[in-house]
Amino acid sequence: MKIIVCMKQVPDTTEVKLDPVTNNLVREGLPSIINPDDKAGLEAALRIRESVGGTVTVVSMGPPQAEVALREALAMGADEAVLITDRAFGGADTWATSSTIAAALKKIGFDLIVAGRQAIDGDTAQVGPQIAEHLGLPQVSYVESVESVTNDSIVLRRQFEDRFHIIEVKLPCVITALSELAVPRYMSVSGVFDAYKKEVVRITFADLEGYLDKANIGLAGSPTRVKASFTKQPKGAGEKFEGSDEEAVRLIVSRLAEKFMI
Amino acid sequence: MDFTLPKEHLLLREMYRKFAENEVKPLAEEVDEEERFPVETVKKLARYGFLGIPFPKQYGGAGGDALAYTMAVEELSKVCGTTGVIVSAHTSLCCAPIYEYGTEEQKRKYLPKLCAGEWLGAFGLTEPNAGTDASGQQTRADVKGDHYVLNGSKIFITNAGYADVYIILAMTDKTKGTKGISAFIVEKTFEGFSVGKKERKMGIRGSSTCELIFNNCIVPKENMLGKEGKGFSIAMGTLDGGRIGIAAQALGIGEGAVDETIKYVKERKQFGKRIAQFQNTQFQLAEMHTRMEAARLLVYSAAMKKQSGEKYSKDAAMAKLFAAQAASEVTRQAVQLFGGYGYTREYPVERMMRDAKITEIYEGTNEVQRMVIAAALNVN
Repeated sequence: MKIIVCMKQVPDTTEVKLDPVTNNLVREGLPSIINPDDKAGLEAALRIRESVGGTVTVVSMGPPQAEVALREALAMGADEAVLITDRAFGGADTWATSSTIAAALKKIGFDLIVAGRQAIDGDTAQVGPQIAEHLGLPQVSYVESVESVTNDSIVLRRQFEDRFHIIEVKLPCVITALSELAVPRYMSVSGVFDAYKKEVVRITFADLEGYLDKANIGLAGSPTRVKASFTKQPKGAGEKFEGSDEEAVRLIVSRLAEKFMI
Repeated sequence: MDFTLPKEHLLLREMYRKFAENEVKPLAEEVDEEERFPVETVKKLARYGFLGIPFPKQYGGAGGDALAYTMAVEELSKVCGTTGVIVSAHTSLCCAPIYEYGTEEQKRKYLPKLCAGEWLGAFGLTEPNAGTDASGQQTRADVKGDHYVLNGSKIFITNAGYADVYIILAMTDKTKGTKGISAFIVEKTFEGFSVGKKERKMGIRGSSTCELIFNNCIVPKENMLGKEGKGFSIAMGTLDGGRIGIAAQALGIGEGAVDETIKYVKERKQFGKRIAQFQNTQFQLAEMHTRMEAARLLVYSAAMKKQSGEKYSKDAAMAKLFAAQAASEVTRQAVQLFGGYGYTREYPVERMMRDAKITEIYEGTNEVQRMVIAAALNVN
């Protein structure tokens, strides 16, 4: 089974800065990590490979420095890594990103595509489902566990607001992973050394000729425009009440009443 | 001269740090308090390849190098000195001599299991009357048919009781002095082998330090490591490498104390200010950090020399001497900056201060390191 894991390198902090002109994230100077949902997806993919065999290919679209995230995935045990990178892809929104990744996936092939539910920097949760649409594949989002898997189909438990769904889906398909899906393993020492012996395959716009329309890439191919962004004012520090449960309840109730909240 | 770390090592350090922070740090206080050997940590270390870092894959190792190994001991020791020495004694004192002096058969038999963590390793040289003067070995090994019979005892053996394989030094010919000492690979299941009294220590209290007793212990001839009479030089060569491991442990303990102190002085307020705002605090921390950075360069440079096959005995001695002294001094300063709280077990710096002291003593005291360095300078 050829398993693809779509991964994004994201800044490892909530103190992200925005470019005042483009309103996009400034990534320089921030420590970067693999997006947590994607990392859970990678762990799930590695376990699927361990149970039914096959290969795990990690795919990321981003600037050249995203290579580090792919090396980390290789060090965790992925077999191959692909970096989709080109200046022409810069400034892409979810539409342009998913169009580009879908084109690359068409080229490299797949049986199962695993993406994280959403990235901690953009929080859109759109790219995974859009990839499925571009490729005309069935999709199961918000996957919290893999119940069983064969080479033809996979049974998944999908988180829902007040319940869960058990869904069996035929391959090929796209699933989007919640961070609860699997606790990611660490890189291993030998994995790190092996990761640097492997090649990270680079795919540029030129490599996707015939698969990708120029109108759908980069900033120009992105229908989304960020009109304004602002930093939320932090809330004041909370109050802490010490004492027995009953006293605390009485205190909280009286405070809420004072503020006419109850 | 290039002081930047290779990419592999940068990524490794990230992995070591995450592992240490999530898997080792939460247990550090408990294993110290309860003098408990962290068996569960050893299993996790094994899973991620910490127990065979510098050995080739053909023997089950991680295919890494001396620097990668050194950095692992450093990062583990930052949060737990006990865990640092478990890895160091296993790797430097048991796996390394088998790898460097063992026959192909011995390597194939022992290294894969040791590197996979199925077996843990240890090393026995010290005896009640053979400490710094290791030449005074009393444990004897006499040939009897197709095996040797060992009699005697060893003390202060790190990992004893939990280790499965021990490199043991014993006299095969008393008339020849140090040239009559030979090395053996002893399995814990060998008849006549037993583990004696466990030491109660000041620091690294989670690590197991015990006596080993050989009472007509039967060791097959093929378990002699190296040639007969070469034991002393094998032991000295092994300790040269081991010193880099202990230097890395000292380095980690000192760096860990600096990290904890920086965190603390930014929170603790006295006289209406955070104590980080006082120049005494700033100067102390500047000094502590500088000292640990200097130690780091000495330790890494010794590791790089070992890796490249150069002579590194003096470098390892300098690295261990300097790093151990730095760790002792820096952890003492850390406790001072924490004040009364630093003296309590509520904060980790008192443990670090206790853990640091042993690095000035084991695998060659500071004085032994000075002897090695002076000898290399031909000052005698």
